[in-house]
Amino acid sequence: MRSVSVFLCGLVFGIGLIVSGMADPANVIGFLDLAGLWNPQLALVMAGAVAVGLAGFALARRRTHPLLAGAEGTMHWPTATRVDRRLMLGSVLFGVGWGLAGFCPGPALVGVGLGNGDAVVFTVAMLAGMFLHRKLAPHLPG
Amino acid sequence: MTIDWPHFSPLHALTGGALIGLASVMLMLLHGRIAGISGILGGLLAGLLGDSSKPEVLWRLAFLLGLLYAPLLYRQWEVVGPIHVEAGNGTLVAAGLLVGFGTRLAGGCTSGHGICGLSRLSIRSLVAVCAFMAAGFVTVGVVRHLLA
Repeated sequence: MRSVSVFLCGLVFGIGLIVSGMADPANVIGFLDLAGLWNPQLALVMAGAVAVGLAGFALARRRTHPLLAGAEGTMHWPTATRVDRRLMLGSVLFGVGWGLAGFCPGPALVGVGLGNGDAVVFTVAMLAGMFLHRKLAPHLPG
Repeated sequence: MTIDWPHFSPLHALTGGALIGLASVMLMLLHGRIAGISGILGGLLAGLLGDSSKPEVLWRLAFLLGLLYAPLLYRQWEVVGPIHVEAGNGTLVAAGLLVGFGTRLAGGCTSGHGICGLSRLSIRSLVAVCAFMAAGFVTVGVVRHLLA
Protein backbone atom coordinates (compact mmCIF):
# COMPACT_ATOMS: atom_id res chain seq x y z
CA MET A 1 0.00 0.00 0.00
CA ARG A 2 2.72 2.45 1.00
CA SER A 3 4.93 1.36 -1.87
CA VAL A 4 2.06 1.85 -4.32
CA SER A 5 1.55 5.37 -3.01
CA VAL A 6 5.28 6.18 -3.33
CA PHE A 7 5.23 4.68 -6.84
CA LEU A 8 2.35 7.04 -7.73
CA CYS A 9 4.37 10.03 -6.43
CA GLY A 10 7.22 9.04 -8.75
CA LEU A 11 4.77 8.56 -11.58
CA VAL A 12 3.22 12.03 -11.16
CA PHE A 13 6.71 13.54 -10.88
CA GLY A 14 7.74 11.86 -14.14
CA ILE A 15 4.57 12.88 -15.97
CA GLY A 16 5.22 16.45 -14.80
CA LEU A 17 8.70 16.28 -16.31
CA ILE A 18 7.28 15.06 -19.63
CA VAL A 19 4.36 17.53 -19.79
CA SER A 20 6.69 20.43 -18.90
CA GLY A 21 9.11 19.53 -21.69
CA MET A 22 11.96 19.07 -19.20
CA ALA A 23 12.45 15.43 -20.22
CA ASP A 24 13.99 16.80 -23.44
CA PRO A 25 17.58 18.03 -22.95
CA ALA A 26 17.12 20.42 -25.91
CA ASN A 27 14.73 22.50 -23.78
CA VAL A 28 17.20 22.55 -20.88
CA ILE A 29 20.12 23.58 -23.09
CA GLY A 30 17.77 26.16 -24.65
CA PHE A 31 17.26 27.67 -21.19
CA LEU A 32 20.98 27.64 -20.36
CA ASP A 33 21.92 29.24 -23.69
CA LEU A 34 21.61 32.90 -22.76
CA ALA A 35 23.70 34.06 -25.71
CA GLY A 36 21.71 32.13 -28.31
CA LEU A 37 17.98 31.60 -28.82
CA TRP A 38 16.79 31.64 -25.20
CA ASN A 39 13.96 29.36 -24.09
CA PRO A 40 12.42 30.53 -20.76
CA GLN A 41 10.52 27.22 -20.34
CA LEU A 42 12.60 25.90 -17.40
CA ALA A 43 12.13 29.08 -15.35
CA LEU A 44 8.36 28.78 -15.66
CA VAL A 45 8.45 25.06 -14.79
CA MET A 46 10.37 25.93 -11.60
CA ALA A 47 7.91 28.73 -10.83
CA GLY A 48 4.92 26.39 -11.23
CA ALA A 49 6.55 23.68 -9.11
CA VAL A 50 7.70 26.05 -6.36
CA ALA A 51 4.29 27.78 -6.20
CA VAL A 52 2.65 24.42 -5.42
CA GLY A 53 5.59 23.41 -3.21
CA LEU A 54 5.45 26.57 -1.06
CA ALA A 55 1.79 26.03 -0.21
CA GLY A 56 2.10 22.26 0.19
CA PHE A 57 5.25 22.30 2.32
CA ALA A 58 3.78 25.00 4.58
CA LEU A 59 0.91 22.57 5.18
CA ALA A 60 3.27 19.62 5.67
CA ARG A 61 5.34 21.61 8.23
CA ARG A 62 2.41 21.48 10.66
CA ARG A 63 2.45 17.70 10.76
CA THR A 64 4.52 15.57 13.12
CA HIS A 65 3.87 12.32 11.24
CA PRO A 66 3.43 11.59 7.54
CA LEU A 67 -0.15 10.59 6.69
CA LEU A 68 0.71 7.09 5.50
CA ALA A 69 3.71 6.11 7.60
CA GLY A 70 1.86 5.37 10.84
CA ALA A 71 2.57 6.82 14.28
CA GLU A 72 6.19 5.65 14.22
CA GLY A 73 6.84 7.54 10.98
CA THR A 74 8.68 10.85 11.02
CA MET A 75 8.91 13.78 8.66
CA HIS A 76 12.40 13.60 7.19
CA TRP A 77 13.02 17.32 6.72
CA PRO A 78 16.57 18.17 5.66
CA THR A 79 18.59 19.54 8.56
CA ALA A 80 21.67 20.92 6.78
CA THR A 81 21.77 24.71 6.61
CA ARG A 82 25.48 25.38 6.19
CA VAL A 83 26.76 26.91 2.99
CA ASP A 84 30.17 25.27 2.71
CA ARG A 85 32.79 24.32 0.13
CA ARG A 86 31.18 20.96 -0.57
CA LEU A 87 27.88 22.62 -1.45
CA MET A 88 29.57 25.15 -3.72
CA LEU A 89 32.00 22.77 -5.44
CA GLY A 90 29.36 20.05 -5.83
CA SER A 91 26.83 22.46 -7.32
CA VAL A 92 29.36 23.88 -9.77
CA LEU A 93 30.44 20.39 -10.92
CA PHE A 94 26.78 19.42 -11.28
CA GLY A 95 26.06 22.59 -13.27
CA VAL A 96 28.93 21.90 -15.68
CA GLY A 97 27.68 18.35 -16.32
CA TRP A 98 24.12 19.63 -16.66
CA GLY A 99 25.22 22.16 -19.26
CA LEU A 100 27.30 19.59 -21.19
CA ALA A 101 24.48 17.09 -21.69
CA GLY A 102 21.24 18.87 -20.79
CA PHE A 103 20.35 16.02 -18.41
CA CYS A 104 19.85 16.23 -14.66
CA PRO A 105 18.98 13.09 -12.64
CA GLY A 106 15.15 13.14 -12.99
CA PRO A 107 14.93 13.71 -16.75
CA ALA A 108 17.75 11.20 -17.32
CA LEU A 109 15.66 8.49 -15.65
CA VAL A 110 12.59 9.46 -17.69
CA GLY A 111 14.83 9.17 -20.77
CA VAL A 112 15.83 5.67 -19.66
CA GLY A 113 12.12 4.85 -19.35
CA LEU A 114 11.71 6.08 -22.91
CA GLY A 115 14.41 3.64 -23.99
CA ASN A 116 16.71 6.45 -25.14
CA GLY A 117 20.28 5.14 -25.52
CA ASP A 118 21.93 8.49 -24.72
CA ALA A 119 19.97 8.71 -21.45
CA VAL A 120 21.15 5.19 -20.58
CA VAL A 121 24.81 6.11 -21.20
CA PHE A 122 24.42 9.28 -19.11
CA THR A 123 22.64 7.45 -16.27
CA VAL A 124 25.25 4.68 -16.03
CA ALA A 125 27.99 7.35 -15.85
CA MET A 126 25.95 9.28 -13.26
CA LEU A 127 25.67 6.18 -11.06
CA ALA A 128 29.43 5.71 -11.44
CA GLY A 129 29.90 9.33 -10.33
CA MET A 130 27.75 8.71 -7.25
CA PHE A 131 29.74 5.56 -6.50
CA LEU A 132 32.97 7.54 -6.87
CA HIS A 133 31.64 10.11 -4.39
CA ARG A 134 30.93 7.33 -1.87
CA LYS A 135 34.52 6.16 -2.16
CA LEU A 136 36.10 9.62 -2.03
CA ALA A 137 33.78 11.45 0.39
CA PRO A 138 35.67 10.50 3.56
CA HIS A 139 38.88 11.94 2.07
CA LEU A 140 37.44 15.24 0.84
CA PRO A 141 37.99 18.43 2.84
CA GLY A 142 34.89 19.96 4.44
CA MET B 1 18.66 38.32 -25.86
CA THR B 2 16.36 36.62 -28.36
CA ILE B 3 13.51 34.48 -27.08
CA ASP B 4 12.96 31.08 -28.68
CA TRP B 5 9.17 31.47 -28.98
CA PRO B 6 8.46 28.31 -31.06
CA HIS B 7 9.88 26.08 -28.31
CA PHE B 8 8.35 28.03 -25.41
CA SER B 9 5.02 26.72 -24.17
CA PRO B 10 3.95 28.54 -20.96
CA LEU B 11 0.86 26.38 -20.44
CA HIS B 12 2.85 23.13 -20.58
CA ALA B 13 5.57 24.63 -18.38
CA LEU B 14 3.11 25.69 -15.66
CA THR B 15 1.00 22.50 -15.82
CA GLY B 16 4.04 20.22 -15.80
CA GLY B 17 5.69 22.29 -13.08
CA ALA B 18 2.57 22.13 -10.93
CA LEU B 19 2.53 18.31 -11.29
CA ILE B 20 6.19 18.12 -10.22
CA GLY B 21 5.39 20.34 -7.22
CA LEU B 22 2.33 18.23 -6.40
CA ALA B 23 4.36 14.99 -6.49
CA SER B 24 6.98 16.55 -4.17
CA VAL B 25 4.32 17.72 -1.70
CA MET B 26 2.58 14.32 -1.80
CA LEU B 27 5.81 12.47 -1.04
CA MET B 28 6.44 14.70 2.02
CA LEU B 29 2.85 14.82 3.25
CA LEU B 30 2.14 11.10 2.80
CA HIS B 31 5.57 9.60 3.45
CA GLY B 32 7.73 12.30 5.06
CA ARG B 33 10.37 12.23 2.34
CA ILE B 34 12.02 14.86 0.16
CA ALA B 35 11.61 14.27 -3.59
CA GLY B 36 15.24 14.81 -4.50
CA ILE B 37 16.12 12.46 -7.31
CA SER B 38 19.90 12.44 -6.76
CA GLY B 39 19.40 11.84 -3.03
CA ILE B 40 16.92 9.03 -3.65
CA LEU B 41 19.32 7.41 -6.16
CA GLY B 42 22.35 7.88 -3.91
CA GLY B 43 20.47 6.39 -0.96
CA LEU B 44 19.39 3.45 -3.10
CA LEU B 45 22.99 2.87 -4.14
CA ALA B 46 24.06 2.95 -0.49
CA GLY B 47 21.26 0.55 0.37
CA LEU B 48 22.17 -1.91 -2.36
CA LEU B 49 25.77 -1.83 -1.17
CA GLY B 50 24.52 -2.80 2.27
CA ASP B 51 24.52 0.50 4.17
CA SER B 52 20.84 0.89 4.98
CA SER B 53 17.74 -1.05 5.94
CA LYS B 54 15.22 -2.76 3.67
CA PRO B 55 12.43 -0.12 4.01
CA GLU B 56 14.96 2.56 3.00
CA VAL B 57 15.66 0.67 -0.22
CA LEU B 58 12.00 -0.15 -0.88
CA TRP B 59 10.53 3.35 -0.93
CA ARG B 60 13.37 4.64 -3.08
CA LEU B 61 12.91 1.81 -5.55
CA ALA B 62 9.13 2.42 -5.68
CA PHE B 63 9.60 6.14 -6.42
CA LEU B 64 12.21 5.54 -9.11
CA LEU B 65 10.10 2.84 -10.76
CA GLY B 66 7.24 5.36 -10.94
CA LEU B 67 9.58 7.83 -12.62
CA LEU B 68 10.76 5.21 -15.13
CA TYR B 69 7.20 4.08 -15.83
CA ALA B 70 5.90 7.63 -16.43
CA PRO B 71 6.82 7.81 -20.14
CA LEU B 72 5.35 4.36 -20.79
CA LEU B 73 2.03 5.33 -19.20
CA TYR B 74 1.94 8.79 -20.76
CA ARG B 75 2.51 7.19 -24.16
CA GLN B 76 -0.99 5.65 -23.91
CA TRP B 77 -2.53 9.12 -24.23
CA GLU B 78 -0.07 11.19 -26.18
CA VAL B 79 3.07 11.03 -28.24
CA VAL B 80 6.17 11.33 -26.04
CA GLY B 81 9.43 12.53 -27.50
CA PRO B 82 11.62 12.02 -29.35
CA ILE B 83 14.08 13.75 -27.03
CA HIS B 84 17.01 15.60 -28.56
CA VAL B 85 20.53 14.93 -27.30
CA GLU B 86 23.37 16.81 -28.98
CA ALA B 87 26.19 15.44 -26.84
CA GLY B 88 28.24 12.50 -28.08
CA ASN B 89 29.06 9.45 -25.96
CA GLY B 90 32.30 10.88 -24.54
CA THR B 91 30.58 14.08 -23.44
CA LEU B 92 27.65 12.11 -22.02
CA VAL B 93 29.99 10.00 -19.89
CA ALA B 94 31.88 13.08 -18.62
CA ALA B 95 28.59 14.88 -17.94
CA GLY B 96 27.13 11.87 -16.13
CA LEU B 97 30.19 11.53 -13.90
CA LEU B 98 30.08 15.26 -13.06
CA VAL B 99 26.34 15.20 -12.33
CA GLY B 100 26.57 12.04 -10.21
CA PHE B 101 29.58 13.20 -8.19
CA GLY B 102 28.51 16.85 -7.98
CA THR B 103 24.92 16.25 -6.84
CA ARG B 104 26.06 13.90 -4.08
CA LEU B 105 28.73 16.34 -2.92
CA ALA B 106 26.21 19.20 -2.92
CA GLY B 107 23.50 17.04 -1.35
CA GLY B 108 20.93 17.72 -4.04
CA CYS B 109 20.08 18.57 -7.63
CA THR B 110 17.39 20.44 -9.54
CA SER B 111 14.65 18.63 -7.62
CA GLY B 112 16.05 18.41 -4.07
CA HIS B 113 17.68 21.84 -3.93
CA GLY B 114 15.75 23.42 -6.79
CA ILE B 115 12.11 22.54 -6.21
CA CYS B 116 11.98 21.19 -2.65
CA GLY B 117 14.71 23.46 -1.24
CA LEU B 118 13.28 26.67 -2.68
CA SER B 119 9.80 25.60 -1.55
CA ARG B 120 11.19 25.21 1.99
CA LEU B 121 12.76 28.68 1.69
CA SER B 122 16.20 27.18 2.38
CA ILE B 123 19.07 29.62 1.90
CA ARG B 124 21.49 26.71 1.43
CA SER B 125 19.39 25.43 -1.46
CA LEU B 126 19.05 28.90 -2.97
CA VAL B 127 22.85 29.20 -2.99
CA ALA B 128 23.13 25.75 -4.61
CA VAL B 129 20.58 26.68 -7.31
CA CYS B 130 22.43 29.91 -8.12
CA ALA B 131 25.74 28.01 -8.30
CA PHE B 132 24.58 25.20 -10.58
CA MET B 133 22.62 27.54 -12.82
CA ALA B 134 25.57 29.90 -13.17
CA ALA B 135 27.84 26.92 -13.98
CA GLY B 136 25.26 25.70 -16.52
CA PHE B 137 25.00 29.12 -18.19
CA VAL B 138 28.79 29.40 -18.45
CA THR B 139 29.20 25.82 -19.73
CA VAL B 140 26.62 26.18 -22.49
CA GLY B 141 28.05 29.59 -23.40
CA VAL B 142 31.55 28.15 -23.72
CA VAL B 143 30.49 24.99 -25.57
CA ARG B 144 28.05 26.66 -27.98
CA HIS B 145 29.66 30.01 -28.58
CA LEU B 146 33.36 29.93 -27.73
CA LEU B 147 34.37 26.43 -28.84
CA ALA B 148 31.88 25.99 -31.69
